Amino acid sequence: MSNKTLSNAAVQVNKIYKTYGKKTVVSDVSFTVEKGEIFGLIGPNGAGKTTTIRMMMDIIKPDSGEVYILGEKFGEETKNKIGYLPEERGLYKKQTVMDTIRYMASLKSVTVADERIEEMLQHVGMLPHKNKKIEEMSRGMGQLIQFLVTIIHDPALVILDEPFSGLDPVNTELLKGLIKELKEQGKSIIFSTHQMNQVEELCDRLFMINKGSKVLYGNLDDIKQKYRDNSVFITYEGNIGALKGVTDSRQKDGYTEFFLDNKTAPQDILQQLIDKRATVTRFEIGTPSLHEIFIRIAGINGDGNE
Amino acid sequence: MNKIKTIFKYELLTTIKRKSFIIMTLAFPLLGILAIGAYQILQGTGETPPVAEKLAVGYVDNTGLFNDYTSYNNVNLISQPDETTAFSAMTGKEIQQYFVIPEDYLSGGVIVRYTLERELGISGEVASAMTEFLVNNLLTGKVDDITIQRVVYPLSLNSIILDSSGQIAENQGGFANFIVPYIFSILLIMAIFTSSGFLLQGLGEEKENRVMEILLSSVSPRQLITGKVLGLGAAGLIQIVIWLVSARYLANMASSTIGGMLSSLSITVEFLLVSLIYFILGYLLFAVIMAGAGSIGATARESQQLSVIFTLSAVVPFYFISVIIDKPDGVVAQVLTFIPFTAPITVMMRMGIAEIPLWQLGISVVLIIATIIGLLFVVAKIFRTFLLMYGKTPRLGEIIRMLRQA
Repeated sequence: MSNKTLSNAAVQVNKIYKTYGKKTVVSDVSFTVEKGEIFGLIGPNGAGKTTTIRMMMDIIKPDSGEVYILGEKFGEETKNKIGYLPEERGLYKKQTVMDTIRYMASLKSVTVADERIEEMLQHVGMLPHKNKKIEEMSRGMGQLIQFLVTIIHDPALVILDEPFSGLDPVNTELLKGLIKELKEQGKSIIFSTHQMNQVEELCDRLFMINKGSKVLYGNLDDIKQKYRDNSVFITYEGNIGALKGVTDSRQKDGYTEFFLDNKTAPQDILQQLIDKRATVTRFEIGTPSLHEIFIRIAGINGDGNE
Repeated sequence: MNKIKTIFKYELLTTIKRKSFIIMTLAFPLLGILAIGAYQILQGTGETPPVAEKLAVGYVDNTGLFNDYTSYNNVNLISQPDETTAFSAMTGKEIQQYFVIPEDYLSGGVIVRYTLERELGISGEVASAMTEFLVNNLLTGKVDDITIQRVVYPLSLNSIILDSSGQIAENQGGFANFIVPYIFSILLIMAIFTSSGFLLQGLGEEKENRVMEILLSSVSPRQLITGKVLGLGAAGLIQIVIWLVSARYLANMASSTIGGMLSSLSITVEFLLVSLIYFILGYLLFAVIMAGAGSIGATARESQQLSVIFTLSAVVPFYFISVIIDKPDGVVAQVLTFIPFTAPITVMMRMGIAEIPLWQLGISVVLIIATIIGLLFVVAKIFRTFLLMYGKTPRLGEIIRMLRQA
């Protein structure tokens, strides 16, 4: 495959494998991250997410397969174009916030003006702490500093490995906002997580990995569509009686989920409701949460593999 | 290249700002100045010496020949009529000890000394007082005074080493010149292990705090290790240069103010040069090893434990110091010169005692460089494999297996 055909992708991963000893950590993983999208790399702990990311970062070499970053093979300059927030994060404890950011930026071959650093600190509400040492700060604050370090050199591609782990709800929201801002600035973002609900909120497309192999890959909406249960969520008033084609129903918070048999489409139920002149305030095609999809697939695969 | 420079600058600046580094670097010159100063102050007070109690030593003379010359610098010899009186005088603290000159002294020469205290041996003052006392009494009247003086002190030796052209050689050898290399071999090893220790500690900490992955997302392992080794090495070089320069001044100060045994104290240019070369080589050798240990150990502590084996091997020459002094060009000295780990200290020691043949220095330097290059290849592999392995330190078997795979 020539480099030209890849030039539009932020990341192209081509059939990468990684084995440690007898343990295969990543097996036949391929995906493409388009420019300007938020891409989710999801899977449970130990699925191979971090290893995949490290191979993308050229920190470890794949046993076979290729990785193209921003249309090119990994080179000397590539690291400067990527902002990487590792899952295992840490900073020099004795360094001040300003010195940390300045040094880390210089390792990306970028000299950042103090005003720019202060501006960014201001943006996340950390300006008063700029001369504090890292060891004097709370874990959450340290993590925000780490995030600033990740994006200080204005990278075209941002890779965040479990960015929300260890953050309190306030900082989680702050970070989500910052990630959305990055997307608005046209940056490509990959983030890995084992918390599926965050993917649903942020990601355009995703790659789901379990035990080193692909489980799901594609557009979030398409995946949900594909794995939707044949069910509908209905909120109604009064008694609607029995509905034809419904095998089971489950009372949820504020609505009822009706499970349909194979021959019945949601439209059939809607028709029945109209015929019954029921007072319906909500009618929705039942889409499972990503978490449910994962449990379903991983559960099957997991049993099958073992 | 730029990134290596960035890391170099960062490591150099952080290291020379460390309190432990500053204290160590300044401690040696300051201690030297302090010692010389203290010596001068003591000398100054020495001009009005406190009237020291003279040591009272009793003697029982059964020959009747020894009656005069009983007063010496710090010793008074007091005649005792018999052994019983002498013993009670000793228990009564009038005399500190006593000796008995038997009737057959002239033919046998045996003298028995009695004392109440445990001691390593007779004190030099008492021994020389006794000798002078005996010689003076024996010879007075029989030979002239000057001869008696010569009999008491027959030899005041002054050795001078000449070079082949008959000039007085710059390096006069001997104790004064051994002490400098001895101190220097300790300082050299301290400098080597300060810097390479910082490297080990730094890598361990970076692994422990997880800064490592951030660093590796910006620079390659090769850039990281090169920048670190050079940066810390530069810091060590600054340290050893400060020591060498101050040592030269201190040696001059010491030889002019203290004199005596230290009057020939000097540090030659060749010595400084060889010290620098062996610092650089020794540092590089141990830095490479520490880098390996630092990337294998899961924490700074574990890495430290791993490196102890190599640290210990560097100080092996100290165990053989008597052999090296005895035969500076012997088999042991040569072998220790050729083993890269022990070479730095051995060479320092040998230089103080005798000239080291150039070919031996050559072989030693070549062997160290070859070892450094060889280890670099192994450590580069280890570095890449283990740098990001957290949690536990791998066992030897795992390390070998992974190296084969890498």
